[in-house]
Amino acid sequence: MRTLRRRAAALASAALLALSAGAAAADGGVLRIAMTAADVPSTTGMPNNGFEGMRFLGYPIFEPLIDWDLSRADVPAGLRPGLAEAWEVDPADPTRWIFRLRRGVTFHDGSTFDADAVIWNLERFFDESKAHFDTAGSAITRARNPLLKGWEKIDEHTVAITTKYPAHYFPNVICYLLIASPAQFEAVGADWNAFAAAPAGTGPFRVTKVTPRVSVTLARFDDYWNPERTPKLDGVELYPMPEATTRLAALRSGQVDWIEVPPPDAIPGLEAAGYDVVTNTYPHIWPYLLNVQEGSPFADVRVRQAANYAIDREGLATLLNGTAAPAAGLFPKGHPYFGAPAVEYGHDPEKAKALLAEAGYGPGNPLKARVMISTSGSGQMLPIPMNEFIQQNMAAVGIELQFEVVEWGTMLVGFRNPPGSPPTMGVDAINVSLVTSDVSYLWRYFHSKNASPVAFNWGHWKNPEFDALLDSVEAEFDQAKVDAAMVRAHEMVVAESPWLWIVHDLNPRAMSASVKGFVSAQSWFQDLTGVWIEN
Amino acid sequence: MLTFVARRLLHAIPILLGVSMLVFGLVQMIPGNPIDLLLPPEAPPELIAQMTAAYGFDKPLHIQYFSWLGRTLQGDLGYSIFTGAPVARELMSALGNTFVLAVPAALLGFALGVGLGALAAFHQGTWIDKAASAFAITGVSLPHYWFAIVLVVIFSVTLNWLPAQGMGFEGLPGSFAEARSLVLPVVTLSLIPMGVVARVVRATVLEVLNQEFVATLRAKGLIDREVLLHVLKNAAPAALAVMGLQFGYLLGGSILVETVFNWPGSGNLLNLAIFRRDVPVMQATIVVLAFFFVLVNLLVDIAQAAIDPRIRR
Repeated sequence: MRTLRRRAAALASAALLALSAGAAAADGGVLRIAMTAADVPSTTGMPNNGFEGMRFLGYPIFEPLIDWDLSRADVPAGLRPGLAEAWEVDPADPTRWIFRLRRGVTFHDGSTFDADAVIWNLERFFDESKAHFDTAGSAITRARNPLLKGWEKIDEHTVAITTKYPAHYFPNVICYLLIASPAQFEAVGADWNAFAAAPAGTGPFRVTKVTPRVSVTLARFDDYWNPERTPKLDGVELYPMPEATTRLAALRSGQVDWIEVPPPDAIPGLEAAGYDVVTNTYPHIWPYLLNVQEGSPFADVRVRQAANYAIDREGLATLLNGTAAPAAGLFPKGHPYFGAPAVEYGHDPEKAKALLAEAGYGPGNPLKARVMISTSGSGQMLPIPMNEFIQQNMAAVGIELQFEVVEWGTMLVGFRNPPGSPPTMGVDAINVSLVTSDVSYLWRYFHSKNASPVAFNWGHWKNPEFDALLDSVEAEFDQAKVDAAMVRAHEMVVAESPWLWIVHDLNPRAMSASVKGFVSAQSWFQDLTGVWIEN
Repeated sequence: MLTFVARRLLHAIPILLGVSMLVFGLVQMIPGNPIDLLLPPEAPPELIAQMTAAYGFDKPLHIQYFSWLGRTLQGDLGYSIFTGAPVARELMSALGNTFVLAVPAALLGFALGVGLGALAAFHQGTWIDKAASAFAITGVSLPHYWFAIVLVVIFSVTLNWLPAQGMGFEGLPGSFAEARSLVLPVVTLSLIPMGVVARVVRATVLEVLNQEFVATLRAKGLIDREVLLHVLKNAAPAALAVMGLQFGYLLGGSILVETVFNWPGSGNLLNLAIFRRDVPVMQATIVVLAFFFVLVNLLVDIAQAAIDPRIRR
């Protein structure tokens, strides 16, 4: 783990040197990346294939009004102006957000970015009556933007967007809505399939070739509006390679320069062979979501705490060759919202046994629980060996875990339905990895009004004090007050543990030594503009 | 002969109809639906319901089936839920890529299979028979997935002679350099047909060799090479039947081999569609592959009938 972090730090230093060197990377070469996606993510400006699609065929090509700041490896990625230079909440109406758009921005097809383009894109995703409505893109965008209600053009360079209710975290939601070129859509015959073959956004890279299921080729957009982020690379080639051993072989045979998620057991060999393995914390947790309703063994907070003490997180991280970090809460330690929880979970089997005894469990009355786990899936890491490891940990303190092993699609259905309903197969917990990239997730996962199937408080945990705390700041625009409430809320969640906090994925990627300038941001997304290939 | 062909063609219709019903029914039995996988985990239930309706998955099953069958019969295979692209375009591209692998793999596998089988039969009981049979059985028994990885480790990672993955060209290879990406997957894919054909040819040739006409041929003074030709012609119908089946399997694409070599063929497409529950792609791929399977076996039936007139009766 330490080695990996040192490498991440070394790469970050290299990036700083590259920035200072400036012209050193005029001929940046072509970076060839093997993604974990099974297919080329859609290139219409709203990629499928989850956040990996957004990482490689979203943000590098299309931009949002508010963008991620991916320039630093040492802090969680925050937000920065994107296609909007500034934004503010209307003082007279806290549901109305005013965005002042950047001037002088052109799309890859040469057309101009302005308020009409923003309105057109909002219609694309949210107005089914429009000819340019995009069903597939809309499905993904609407899922990530549940707050958006309406919009209006104020002038050529200003738009207003209204939300269903006041929410200070709206910038963390609107950053998933990407802007595509209306002119290019019309030029290719007003068809999203045709647009996917020749898309145009405003990002630092433009798509030059799409070969379905094989590859996508990007080239540097020389007219990019931000000279500080004009790519050093001449281009990027992206290949979908879902099979980890295939990605590994492609890297080691020199077919690609960079692979996402190398197999953990291959990492020592890669490092020994001179490849860089880069990891960093990012907002991704691999937990058990517990059913805390009456009748479940996890209804008792002492049992939930005992289970948390039973897990040998360090051992699990070692099993994964340092590609995961122990979790002690929804957010990782060191995160601004982690706080100082009253309970800190380490590997303490004796304490786990004592808590179980208090709750009425022991050698004569072992606790039995059923957990839904998947064979694979987006962000699920290595679910089978990891769960077997946890099963052993639990057995050591007297908790007998039984697994319902399902396919990823089946798990998603279970996750969207309340415990006890048929799709959940009567399990007491579900092992689904989740995003934790902004504070809105505290609402989504833990507020009682979001109990499944309404939203994602799957286990129906309810704490009136916690709910009141979140309610008190949902419409609060004083960031200091929000931050204080978030810290307190996180401390409460950790103490009552509606989830088993197991590990945070460290987002490993391996690259050849010729890849320079990469900064591993603490984010699901990464900035390729500072990268170059050294000959 | 024409009556025979017409009868075989008519037999194909209920087979394909049965396949379509089976495919549709099985796809419906798989838990989860494409909307669950298309949407991010945090999608709200009302959006899921809306999208389910938008793609027609809320309609009764028989309506969905007849609607799909009607469109398929008119050549409209629909659109992929995930890519939005016409299924026909995706499928044709994938089948073309698989064909590029299947034909050389079949040629290699069949040539080796016939050669090894005949060699073993003509040298029954000798070390040649044992070696050829062992080679054939190894070909059938080796796990493809494992063998493909071993080839990659040796020829791509260690020796760096051949590409580890990917097609490296579109359509057909235009140069030797592009054709290099064919070598490892073709060798891997040819193993099973080689083994199966070798076993069948050996058994059939041995059976034919024991027939009286062979003794007559030898008594008439025919040399071994001439006897071999007669024997192989008589063994051909049985071997052809097996080759037809094997070629059908190869056209279906090997999910494992295409996955290891990241080859964008029909096996890869089907695998992707299954994992995504991309119902239009899944249904169309299986039905079209079944159609090819039926077609190949029809051609084999006709070839057998042409070689051996007794089959027509």
